[in-house]
Formats: sequence, C-alpha cells, structure tokens
Amino acid sequence: MNVSIAFKTIVTKEIYRFIRIWPQTLLPPAITTTLYFLIFGKLIGDRIGTINGASYMDYIVPGIILMSVISHSYANVVSSFYSTKFQRNIEELLVAPVPNWVILSGYISGGIIRGLLVGMVVALISLLFADFAVHNLAIALTTAVLTATLFSLAGFINAILAESFDDISIIPNFVLTPLSYLGGVFYSVDMLPPIWQTISMGNPILYMVNAFRYGLIGVSDIDIQLTFMITAGFIVTLTLFSLYLLHKGIGIKN
Amino acid sequence: MKALSLCNLRKTYSNGFEALKGIDLQVEVGDFFALLGPNGAGKSTAIGIISSLVTASSGSVSVFGHDLKTERDLAKSCIGLVPQEVNFNQFDTVKSIVLNQAGYYGLPRKLALQRVEYCLKQMDLWDKRDTISRRLSGGMKRRVMIARAMVHAPKLLILDEPTAGVDIEIRRSMWQLMQEVNAQGTTIILTTHYLEEAESLCRNIAIIDEGRIVEHSDMASLLARLHIEHFILDLAQPLTTAPAIDGCQIELVSDKVLNVAIPKEIGLNHLFSQLTDHNIQVMSLKNKTNRLEQLFMDLVTSK
Ligand SMILES: Nc1ncnc2c1ncn2[C@@H]1O[C@H](COP(=O)(O)OP(=O)(O)OP(=O)(O)O)[C@@H](O)[C@H]1O
Ligand SMILES: [Mg+2]
Repeated sequence: MNVSIAFKTIVTKEIYRFIRIWPQTLLPPAITTTLYFLIFGKLIGDRIGTINGASYMDYIVPGIILMSVISHSYANVVSSFYSTKFQRNIEELLVAPVPNWVILSGYISGGIIRGLLVGMVVALISLLFADFAVHNLAIALTTAVLTATLFSLAGFINAILAESFDDISIIPNFVLTPLSYLGGVFYSVDMLPPIWQTISMGNPILYMVNAFRYGLIGVSDIDIQLTFMITAGFIVTLTLFSLYLLHKGIGIKN
Repeated sequence: MKALSLCNLRKTYSNGFEALKGIDLQVEVGDFFALLGPNGAGKSTAIGIISSLVTASSGSVSVFGHDLKTERDLAKSCIGLVPQEVNFNQFDTVKSIVLNQAGYYGLPRKLALQRVEYCLKQMDLWDKRDTISRRLSGGMKRRVMIARAMVHAPKLLILDEPTAGVDIEIRRSMWQLMQEVNAQGTTIILTTHYLEEAESLCRNIAIIDEGRIVEHSDMASLLARLHIEHFILDLAQPLTTAPAIDGCQIELVSDKVLNVAIPKEIGLNHLFSQLTDHNIQVMSLKNKTNRLEQLFMDLVTSK
C-alpha cells in the first residue's frame, strides 16, 4: 500500500478547498491586517514612539503576521475536518487502507500550508508599511512552521471533539483571540505590572510571538530556545493525543 | 477461503442497544449474496463493521482470508462499499469524489484517471463528471457512490440498498451492471427491501432479524420450501360463489377475480381442467405475491 499517494491526495484536496473559497479564506486576512497596520501602526503608532528600540509599526508587524498564521492554520483544519465529519465523507478515508497518522498529517499539512500562505500575504502587505531588515530568517521561518503545526493540531482535536458548529467557534473566539491579543502582539510584557507579567508567562502564544519578532526584527522579551522547546513539547503532546482519538475512533466511529 | 466470513459478531451501541447478537455468516468467492431483513434488523450495522466504519463489540471478520484486525489494510483493499446514505462531499465534483477515493486506495494517478473514466462511464455519469454533486438527482448520487466503490476494482462489492429510490429504468440497468460485475468475478453482497430483486439476482441469502441470522441458505432450496403457491385469476364471466376444487383453496375476491392457493404437488393442469369442468373461463393469471416475499414474511413474523 502506497501511503504517499493517499497523503498527497488529502493534501491536494485540502489546498483546493481553501483556494476554491479564497474570498472566505485568503481575502479577509488581507483586509483586516491592512486595517491593523493603518490604524494601530500608522495612526496610533506614530504617537507611541518606539518599543525596545523598534518603531511601533515594526514592533507590531511580526505579531500580526503570526496572529494570522495562528488563526488560519487553526481555522483551516477545524472547519475542514469538522465538515468532513459532519457530511460523513470521513467514511471515504475510514474504509480505505489509510493509516491514522496519514490522515492526521494530511490535514495538518493543509493547515500549515494555509497558515503560512496567509502569513505570507500579510507579510507582503506589511512591506507597504514597515521598514526593517530581517534579523534571522531561519528563526522566523522555524517559528512560523512550528506555530502553524501546533495550531493545526489544536484545530484537528477541536474538530474531532466538536459535536456541533457552535463547538468549532468557541475555541477560536474565547481562547485563541484573547490569548493572541494578550500574547504581546501589540505591546511588550515589560510594560505590564509584575503580576500580569507572571500570568502572561503561562500564555504559549507569547513565546511564539516573541520568537517570531526576534527572527524578524531582533527584539524579544523571551529566550528563543525556551520557545522552541515549549512549542515542540506542545506539538508532540497534541500529536499523540490526536492519534489516540483517531485510534479510538472518537467522534468518527460508532 | 471465503470472500467473507463473520464469526460470532456482536455490536452493542454506546446507548446500550444490542444491534447484533452474535452473527455467523459465510459468503463464497464469486457469490451474489443477498443480506435481507426488516428495518432496524442490523444489516447496516454488520456492513459498517465489515467496512471499518463501526467498531465491533466482539467477534471476528475475515475478508478473502485477511483478518480485519491483524491484516487490516489487506482486508480493506478487497472491499468496495456503497453505503446506504449519501456520504460524499456535496460541494465536490463527481469526478473529484471518485478520483480522491482512488487516491485513498493508493492508485497511481495515471491508473486512477483511467479507472475513474471507466467507472463513471459504466454508471452513465461521464457527462456529469464536472457537476457539483449537490446538483445531482438522488439516483445519480447513488450511482456516484457505486462508481466510487468500484474505482479500485475491489474483489468484494458491498451494496447497502443501492436501488432505493432509483427509477425502474436505472434500476434495471443497475441490475444488469451488477450481474456483469459479478460475472467478471467480483463477489457481491446486496442489501435490498425489493425482494424480487434479491430473488432474481442472488444465489445465496441470509436473513437477519433483530440482530440474529434467522436464515442462511441458497436461494433455490429456500424457494423450494414454499409448498403452496398463491395465484390470482381474472375471469371472463362473473361468478357468485367460488367453485370447489379438491386440493385447492379458492376464494372469490370480487365477482370476476379468484384467489387460489395450490399445493405444488397438485399442479396447474389439475386446476385448469377442473375449472374447465365448472365452465369457468380464465383470462389471465398472476402470482399473488413474490415467492421470496412470502417466505420472508413467514420467517420474520414467526416469532
Ligand atoms: N449509532 C447508533 N446508536 C444506537 N443505535 C443504533 C445506531 N445505529 C443504529 N442503531 C440501531 O441498531 C439497529 C440496527 O440498525 P441498522 O442500521 O443496522 O438496521 P438495518 O438493518 O440496516 O435497517 P434498514 O433496513 O432500515 O436500513 C436499529 O435498531 C438502530 O436503531
Ligand atoms: Mg440499513
């Protein structure tokens, strides 16, 4: 059995899906982030001055890019896998000799690709506003890929456990968005009172935003190595949990 | 080796409902097999377990000698499934549905494209290949699922009520197609509520009722068990009372229609010579019910 063909089939299907509905998947982030750059970066940023030596516009660009990577890798997998489950076409995969890890990696790859593609669109838009030389491209890319992987996995688990369309919007609205805003996209944690600084350290998104910002502009509140370790730890845990759910057939088999 | 062998298969759903209460079933290689039973009998549950969509509570399944637990992928590759309900992505085109399924079974792209064309043409869907499947009629959707099930040329094709809601013309062409596929060596398991369909297509049969097999034999010997045949006779002249003919039970349904129950050993010649003696002229004759239907009713109501 040639699993690479099955893998390619899933990934291609996933890419076609979000490209076919590009007005819902690729256009909105372009519009929203343009507004972020205009309002926060330009109008307000001009009055704020610099943070840790970077102009406010340069400071928020990495966070805004990574925020779109997070929300789109998550959204892609959660909505695609949930509708696959809801329309029961998951059965097409279950009857075929496709190992669970191929199903998982296929959907996760789809999420990573969408996340990175949206990240790239936002990065291109940011070129119109920001002006900095990339500090360390390898770190920026690694962070983006790890982040996309992590949130694709989270989206997958959400889709498996969800029993209604409401269940797939709860996490993005009530967990991801607040954590992203509190993840130091628009400010440095140094600016917070000490108690909030400590609490912020429990927010994984903070680590990723700072590592990504370090990669792009060389400014970070947090140790990069620690970020990679935390992210990798989350990825391993969520992968194992996803495989366990698939193995048990939770949410997809009677 | 059997095409399919089920051993003491049980299924209790999470709500505690026991849908299968220990099923044993064998299907020979090359067979055209009917799996019958009333609504809720457990047919789709059994099919779900065989095709890995439902987890069995206990028991074993073996497909062409491959145990579903220990040689899962080999067993799966042998099976093509046409489920009872539409389960493809309704936003995909007909072609991509079938092509993706070929990919899941690991068919290389070139071969996959050939198979997709072949199966869609066989199902009379080639013209519809670029249509979004949501826009197809119910019968067409069913044919998409048959094409999808055949794309990897499975050795065992399982069809869960493929002809439900399909018009008679298409149903006929589906029967012909299933017979052709079977003649080419594919083993077929068919579920249907049209018993005349099962009677004319299938060689062997199992009847499930309330999660148990109540009958498992070949069609011919099952039908042979039917001792009494029922006929309806249309008469030329009206009658006021039913004629008495020894050996037969005759009932006057309306003034020109007779209902006749006749044991096999008596034969129709006897009936007609006696009717002629009574000066009764018969215009036409038909079977009262389908023969299998009669047996089926006996089996599933005789509890
Ligand atoms: N997910 C489920 N949870 C609980 N009970 C179920 C579930 N699926 C099916 N059942 C029950 O199991 C029994 C068998 O159902 P099944 O679908 O196998 O019947 P069937 O023989 O295919 O009937 P039909 O001819 O109507 O398709 C039914 O009583 C049904 O209500
Ligand atoms: Mg059924």
